[in-house]
Amino acid sequence: MLEYLWIVPLLPLLGAAVNGLFGAKWPNKIVNGVAIGSTGLSFLCALEAVREFFESGQVLFHKEFLTWIAAGNFRVGFDLLMDQLTVVMVLVVTGVGWLIHIYATGYMAQEGGYYRFFSYLNLFMFFMLILVLAANYVLLFVGWEGVGLSSYLLIGFYFLRKSASDAGKKAFIVNRIGDFGFMLGMFLLFRAFHTLDFQAIFTSSTLQGWPVELSGHPGTLTFVCLLIFTGACGKSAQLPLYVWLPDAMEGPTPVSALIHAATMVTAGVYVVARSHILFAHAPTAMLVVAIVGCATAFFAATIGLVQTDIKKVLAYSTVSQLGYMFLACGVGAFSAGIFHLMTHAFFKALLFLAAGSVIHAVGGEQDMNRMGGLSKKMRWTYLTMLTATLAIAGFPPFAGFFSKDSILLSAFQNENGGRSAGYALYGFGLATALLTSFYMFRLIFLTFHGKQRYDEHKVHVHESPRTMLVPLMILAVLSIIGGWLAAPAMLGTGPDYFTKFLQPVFGGSEAAGPEGEVRALELTLAGIAVITALIGVTVAFWLYLKGPGKADILAKSMRGVYTALLNKYYVDEFYAAMIVKPLLWISTNVLWKAADVAGIDGAVNGIAAGTTAIGDGVRHTQSGNTRSYAVWVVVGALVVMAVIFFWPFGGKPVLEMLR
Amino acid sequence: MVPTNYYVILSAILFGLGLFAFIFKRNIITIFMSIELMLNAVNLAFVAFSQALGRLDGQVFVLFVIVVAAAEAAVGLGIIILIARSRQTLNVERVNLLKL
Repeated sequence: MLEYLWIVPLLPLLGAAVNGLFGAKWPNKIVNGVAIGSTGLSFLCALEAVREFFESGQVLFHKEFLTWIAAGNFRVGFDLLMDQLTVVMVLVVTGVGWLIHIYATGYMAQEGGYYRFFSYLNLFMFFMLILVLAANYVLLFVGWEGVGLSSYLLIGFYFLRKSASDAGKKAFIVNRIGDFGFMLGMFLLFRAFHTLDFQAIFTSSTLQGWPVELSGHPGTLTFVCLLIFTGACGKSAQLPLYVWLPDAMEGPTPVSALIHAATMVTAGVYVVARSHILFAHAPTAMLVVAIVGCATAFFAATIGLVQTDIKKVLAYSTVSQLGYMFLACGVGAFSAGIFHLMTHAFFKALLFLAAGSVIHAVGGEQDMNRMGGLSKKMRWTYLTMLTATLAIAGFPPFAGFFSKDSILLSAFQNENGGRSAGYALYGFGLATALLTSFYMFRLIFLTFHGKQRYDEHKVHVHESPRTMLVPLMILAVLSIIGGWLAAPAMLGTGPDYFTKFLQPVFGGSEAAGPEGEVRALELTLAGIAVITALIGVTVAFWLYLKGPGKADILAKSMRGVYTALLNKYYVDEFYAAMIVKPLLWISTNVLWKAADVAGIDGAVNGIAAGTTAIGDGVRHTQSGNTRSYAVWVVVGALVVMAVIFFWPFGGKPVLEMLR
Repeated sequence: MVPTNYYVILSAILFGLGLFAFIFKRNIITIFMSIELMLNAVNLAFVAFSQALGRLDGQVFVLFVIVVAAAEAAVGLGIIILIARSRQTLNVERVNLLKL
């Protein structure tokens, strides 16, 4: 299957094409078959490819399938790459993607545009697979833009609702800012290495001999890394480009789970991890990545504290967790970042799907203030969501515990930018863990516990159909066991299998694995993290279950902070005033009214009006008087004669030239 | 032997008369005849130069001009007859349907 690796991305594309072209008239069952079949087959093909990869002794697989651009020595092809990092990404994308497809057949069953939804979803899978399988930056960028397009289409799926179409546009435009940076990064990279192929750059002698660009002496690679990180910021919703992700929750819930939690938004982390060799040469850029990631993690978590929309809480939680991944990459723990990417894909997809199940049950309501006490009526949804919450809050032995722990450990050990930088990053990371645990359990308590706050006569609360529950259960199992690969290292019985697996990819850029006293430190930090998470749970329990009024009293006592958080620090308003309004003004008054209407239209209309005016003047020669025509004939003949005899043409009269 | 100058001057006079009549006369037949006069003035010049240079090109050209003039006369007279029939006049000032 490795030799035919192109089949893996192609199958979802076929599914998208078939459903998109013919699905409109088909019953839902056939559309289901095409969508689930193509992604499921793709998953199986990916599994088979991975098996062959292991069989070959994990030798990096790189194959050029087609040449796309060839100009001189520069070549860009549809080249696919398979290494340990790709294995993780491909399995997460196809596996989680497939489960979400199955879930969506239940969730979307009553919706219009069923075929359209699955066509877009399959299209997304295609581009995402291109993104993770690509063997050069250009093909990666194709996938990068493609997932952006699919994301736009799916956020605006309910396009009759203005807020949804606006959110789609916002996502697209904010991503464009990041993509611009990414493209500049690629151009700069090409200038430095004359190629954009991963292997060619990473193993080139130019890079081997490249000096590490110490802080204060930024060079090409620092700029390349910062520009690539700009792109990653847009795609992975980091400060300051995170604003689109919370709005993206306008899309259907399976979309939020697949694109805006599990896969697409992690593409930025993937790109940074894929370019780790470049980042290793640019400590300044690394520090920027770490700081931005850490700041985003903390910042988004604080907003998540007070949101009442269940999906908005999860959206800010996603932004926050993505910040964790960048923090890991920034401190050089790329495999920890990818590890968290994987576990996050499991538990965050599960959280979104379970939230979708809840929303489904209470008739489309997303406000947690109108839920409550659902745990008895939706036992399975409750249990699976609780699993995911325990995982994200970082309780052992759930998946999130291990990945978050290794990130915090790496942050603690970070020495780039001084020891104090490491401690600060760790401190904010730990604070974020506290906030995460608090807002996630707040969500659980508000949704599933306490008194019913919905109107029982209006909504008929029911457990979701099996097509929705089975993916939930599978993801719940993955959310528990997904982190166990790292468990032996913590228990002292063996190595961290995940890090060890990714060692061939990240080997050069990562610090050595934990041993001896590092293990003692790790256990201490893990203990602190668990205690922190417990504090978060307790506070949430105390505020929202024990004394339901206490949260409001607390909010009133800290009115200023609360309003700022509730309004998301007014960032959207700030952007609207500082960027959107001036841009709109320039577009309206300069580009539209001055350049387009006055300039371009003016020129076109002016030429037309001028022609009319000349015609209007000249038509008076058409007097209808035959004798005047006769005069014109004579005048014309005289002019011709004059030209022939007297017109100097290149120094000679025309007559001379006729001879 | 008459000098070539004389022929050319005569030709020019004839052409000028034709041109004058072409512009200032109102009767279509007169205008038509003035065109013929101009054509023949040119023919005269052709023949004169042909003789002076001892080459036959000019004479051959004259034959062509006569043929074309004959064809033109046939068509032109046909048009004139139609105009006369439809307007009961030969005055060009009255033929002004194209006037704005």
